[in-house]
Amino acid sequence: MSDIPTDLKYASSHEWVRVEGDTAVIGISDHAQQELTDLAFIELPEVGAALSAGDACGVVESVKTASDLYAPVSGEVTEINDALESEPGTVNEDPYGDGWFYRIRLSNADEIEDLLTPEDYAEQVNI
Amino acid sequence: MGKPALKRTPLYETHVALDGRLVEFGGWEMPVLYTSIVKEHHAVRDAAGLFDISHMGEFLFEGPDAKKFLNKLLTNDLSRLEPGQGQYSLLCQDNGGVIDDLYAYRLGETRYLLVVNASRVEVDWMWIRAQRNTRYKSLELEMTDASGDHAAMALQGPTSAAILEGLFLSAVDLEKNRIAELEFGGAPIWISRTGYTGEDGFELITTNDHAVALWEKLTALGQALGLVPAGLGARDTLRTEAGYSLYGHELTSDTTPIEAGLGWAVADHKIGFIGKDTFIAQKQDGVSRKCIGFRMTGKSAPPRERYLIFAGDDSGREIGEVTSGTQSPSLGCGIGLGYVETAYAKSGTPIEIEIRNRRFPAEVVRRPIFRKPD
Repeated sequence: MSDIPTDLKYASSHEWVRVEGDTAVIGISDHAQQELTDLAFIELPEVGAALSAGDACGVVESVKTASDLYAPVSGEVTEINDALESEPGTVNEDPYGDGWFYRIRLSNADEIEDLLTPEDYAEQVNI
Repeated sequence: MGKPALKRTPLYETHVALDGRLVEFGGWEMPVLYTSIVKEHHAVRDAAGLFDISHMGEFLFEGPDAKKFLNKLLTNDLSRLEPGQGQYSLLCQDNGGVIDDLYAYRLGETRYLLVVNASRVEVDWMWIRAQRNTRYKSLELEMTDASGDHAAMALQGPTSAAILEGLFLSAVDLEKNRIAELEFGGAPIWISRTGYTGEDGFELITTNDHAVALWEKLTALGQALGLVPAGLGARDTLRTEAGYSLYGHELTSDTTPIEAGLGWAVADHKIGFIGKDTFIAQKQDGVSRKCIGFRMTGKSAPPRERYLIFAGDDSGREIGEVTSGTQSPSLGCGIGLGYVETAYAKSGTPIEIEIRNRRFPAEVVRRPIFRKPD
């Protein structure tokens, strides 16, 4: 069973969003890291990049496959988790903590309401 | 109408009980991993892993002309084998295109076993039967597709011999590429010192009804020697590091053994065998493309099948394509196999791999791509 913290919002493309004031921290869910298995490479958006919700903004690659990373909300990237470049496996070990991906300054806070609640996301991944 | 149901090996329930992640492979439902591809990979390099390879096919040939018949169909020379010895070989079309790669064992004076790829069992058997019923009608032999009755597993890694010793004292004296016919639980079992990982190890073939007992016995014996169940994911990273070809990737009906770098398994001194004209011509005149191993030399995403390969020199021309690629757990960088124009196939040649519209530096390396330090 995968862990789905109740204080986060989720995108159907398996990213999680933690809102902190006018910014949000983004990563991928425990379910996503389990499905991908051992991560081997992560390409994050650049600091300063302007993202629109739904944009393909990066890539996560496991030993086996490559998957696109999608922006769950719109805004400007203000910080990225550089440590993942050399230690992508951190995402497998701690997807909601040290395995965070990037921080974004929200340009449209209303989009948060469009994201999935933990309950909705749990329903999606348990089908 | 749904897809045809996937076939399951006699170890299916065992994989489910072990919480293996099951995926489709060559028409079979097989475990891709149990815990993690990387962990299973390292277990095989450092201790041992146990793989279900029951999906592979087994063909038996017996009779005074069995050797003659197989020597017409296969590229390697069976007359070099003593009873109890095996060799890597290829089954090819008349034009030299590869139908399958396989292991051929001489079990007795006039008895032979071929172990073939899961995804090729039906195609191989149809081809072999067609040859038997046309060109080689007068030869005296019996042949059987025994794939459905047999289960197989691969015990691979440096502690394999110590594990197997607990079950078959004599098996550990087997030399590389040798096969022994022994008994397990009252049923016959074939044990060969072969594998697909680049490590020491064994492949064990028994009847379906003895598969679970054999798996459990090996698992119990291996507990203190670092043995873990290993899935197809690790099997693929291990064989890629070892530089071994996989049918459907490095080998297809559009490639020849010479292009694939398997000329050593083509015995061109043999008289008249299928594909010979092409092999001789290619060995004499050379080939326009060759299979290579390569590794990424800078930071990049792992290379993947079908990514394009470009020259690393000033020309920057497209020179080929990746056929297998992954992140190497042993080397910590991207590695792969692919085909390039012959001029770029020498080890040390700089090349570039195109990954999502950007080119990243790589280098042609001799196979095996990963070799354990002595």
